[in-house]
Amino acid sequence: MSVMTMVKAINNALEIKLKEDEHIVVYGEDVGVEGGVFRVTEGLQKKYGTERVFDSPLAESGIVGTALGMAVSGLRPVVELQFEGFTFPAFNQILSNVARIQNRSRGKYKAPMVIRFPYGGGVNALEHHSDSPEALFAHIPGLKVVIPSTPHDAKGMMIAALESNDPIIFMEPKRIYRAIKQEVPDEKYTLPLDKARVVQEGSDITLVAFGAMIRECQKAIVMAEEAGISVELIDLRSIYPIDRETIRTSVRKTGRMIVVAEAHESFSVGSELIAIANEEAFLYLEAPPRRVGGFDTIVPLAQGEPYYIISPDRIFYEIEKTIHF
Amino acid sequence: MTQDDLPAIFRDFNPLDDKILQIIDREGKLIRKDLMPELDDATIIDAYRQMLYERTADEMAVSYQRQGRMYTFTPNLGQEAIHIAAGMNIRHEDWLVPAFREMGTLLSKGVTMKEMFLFYLGNEWGGSFQNAHHTLPIAISIGTQLQHATGVGYSVKYRRKDETVFTFIGDGGTSEGDFSEALNFAGVWQVPVIFTIQNNQYAISVPVQKQTNSINLAVKSVAFGIPGIKVDGNDFFAMYLAYKTAAEHARSGRGPILIEALTYRLGAHTTSDDPSKYRKKEEEQLWGKSDPLIRLKRYMQDAGIWSIDEEQLREQYKAEIDREFTEAENEKSYPLEDVFTHIYSDMPDELRRQKSEYEQFLSWKEKRG
Repeated sequence: MSVMTMVKAINNALEIKLKEDEHIVVYGEDVGVEGGVFRVTEGLQKKYGTERVFDSPLAESGIVGTALGMAVSGLRPVVELQFEGFTFPAFNQILSNVARIQNRSRGKYKAPMVIRFPYGGGVNALEHHSDSPEALFAHIPGLKVVIPSTPHDAKGMMIAALESNDPIIFMEPKRIYRAIKQEVPDEKYTLPLDKARVVQEGSDITLVAFGAMIRECQKAIVMAEEAGISVELIDLRSIYPIDRETIRTSVRKTGRMIVVAEAHESFSVGSELIAIANEEAFLYLEAPPRRVGGFDTIVPLAQGEPYYIISPDRIFYEIEKTIHF
Repeated sequence: MTQDDLPAIFRDFNPLDDKILQIIDREGKLIRKDLMPELDDATIIDAYRQMLYERTADEMAVSYQRQGRMYTFTPNLGQEAIHIAAGMNIRHEDWLVPAFREMGTLLSKGVTMKEMFLFYLGNEWGGSFQNAHHTLPIAISIGTQLQHATGVGYSVKYRRKDETVFTFIGDGGTSEGDFSEALNFAGVWQVPVIFTIQNNQYAISVPVQKQTNSINLAVKSVAFGIPGIKVDGNDFFAMYLAYKTAAEHARSGRGPILIEALTYRLGAHTTSDDPSKYRKKEEEQLWGKSDPLIRLKRYMQDAGIWSIDEEQLREQYKAEIDREFTEAENEKSYPLEDVFTHIYSDMPDELRRQKSEYEQFLSWKEKRG
């Protein structure tokens, strides 16, 4: 066991797989010499050489499009897109080809590749550096979209992603890249890419969250417990495929659900979860399932971001409202 | 890359000078004997036969569509010299990353007309080209395929394989960002990729003059530091020489190459398109005189190697092609399973649920009668 941040845990996962599987190549903007702007790939080029870990030209569509070419011809590329706001030049390749090549070729070609990028707000960043576009990717058939919330999960999910035969969108909550330190096994392990995790059990209400919002929910739960409310917290981990079973079981038990997610509320993962709660637990519901999400606005710059970002007390406020519905 | 590293024809037909590589003229007369590739008579006859096969298949596909027996088709008419010259230089182990208007090259990779027809009949199994080695499916999203080709090139180089990548795009596609990104990455990575722009002068209705202010399309290679050449795409021998030279270049580890094949789309963009809306009959007639089959035939007649009974051969091909079409038409019906099976390697529960709910609907429908 070693104490690791999420940055270190992902780095460790990449290193384990680079060592084990010569088909893995890692590239993107600044991932080589610099080790990535967040240092997720730090030290990897030195160890595995410039042919396997390298800086590409600054063009996201090119990065993803070439990775698909590598993936169909025997490699397992892992590409970094520097920020979520810069994934969109590559969106056409992702949607039109990466997600479709397997279906288009009736399984003759697969796209075993990982597209990873930091996402999410709360870091006082410039525009395009605070967004949560998971729903945009989750809406595309052919992709798997996953988001870890702890160093331990990040390592196990990244290794699983690197062994998957399907393209994985691996979104990394940059706000907690270094904020959480955790004991992580040094050896290789994998975690499923389609299973939510019950972070803590409770009986009055289900909170569903993922990424950086897990930590905020945990803070809100402390407040709720002081008020005598028993909260079940679910870390979704996989946005698609979505773990319907875990949601069903929990909401049938508690009869209440709040989804906490940074993304714009409308047409969000929260919207999908509410649909699931209605389909799977309609007769068990004690209160309308709710979303606590970002506004349907552009994420404000640093001065306005505190309005947008979801704070623990706002989550607690929503918990109380739902409990007393 | 210095000028000295360039194959001679890439020096002599510098796209900056807007020169064009041509070996037989529009009448099929040999004008550059010095450049004539060494091909024996049988090979030339075979090339003509392949071009004729593609032409016949193409005409029949249009006709099946007109009869309402097939959906939208993208005709290849007039561009056969490019396709067959590429096909004759592509080896079993080489990769083909197609756009959607190079049927002859697909056929030379082992794609069958039955598969082509099945694809245009609306079945993914046809377009997956199951038996064509190292051949990607048709790319409909313009320009994106070039990046896949560059990535395959990286993979080939990384795995130390003697494989060359052939990829295609149209003139309109050169305006896409993906075109520039693919060439740029290929130049930086020095991968063995032969990029062909089939400049058939129209992107649906938009003429090439409205796509670019460049003097030609081959010149775009210059900015990316890769060799480029403009070739008469209706001259089989010029195309053959260009591909042979490009393949030698790429196979010797000297990186990518860009070929602009200047041609003319004698047919419509697709069977849903009506070219009379945007181009003149006279223009079509003028280019019709530069038909690559006619030019090659004239050359062969002049050289005394024309031994083909064209009418008989056409009839033979028609019968063969019609058999393939009938097979495609009679292919078993599309099972519901096929909608779901190939989206993921292992079907997620959500897809299972949707499929099973639909099956319940189907059985309800059946009971209801």
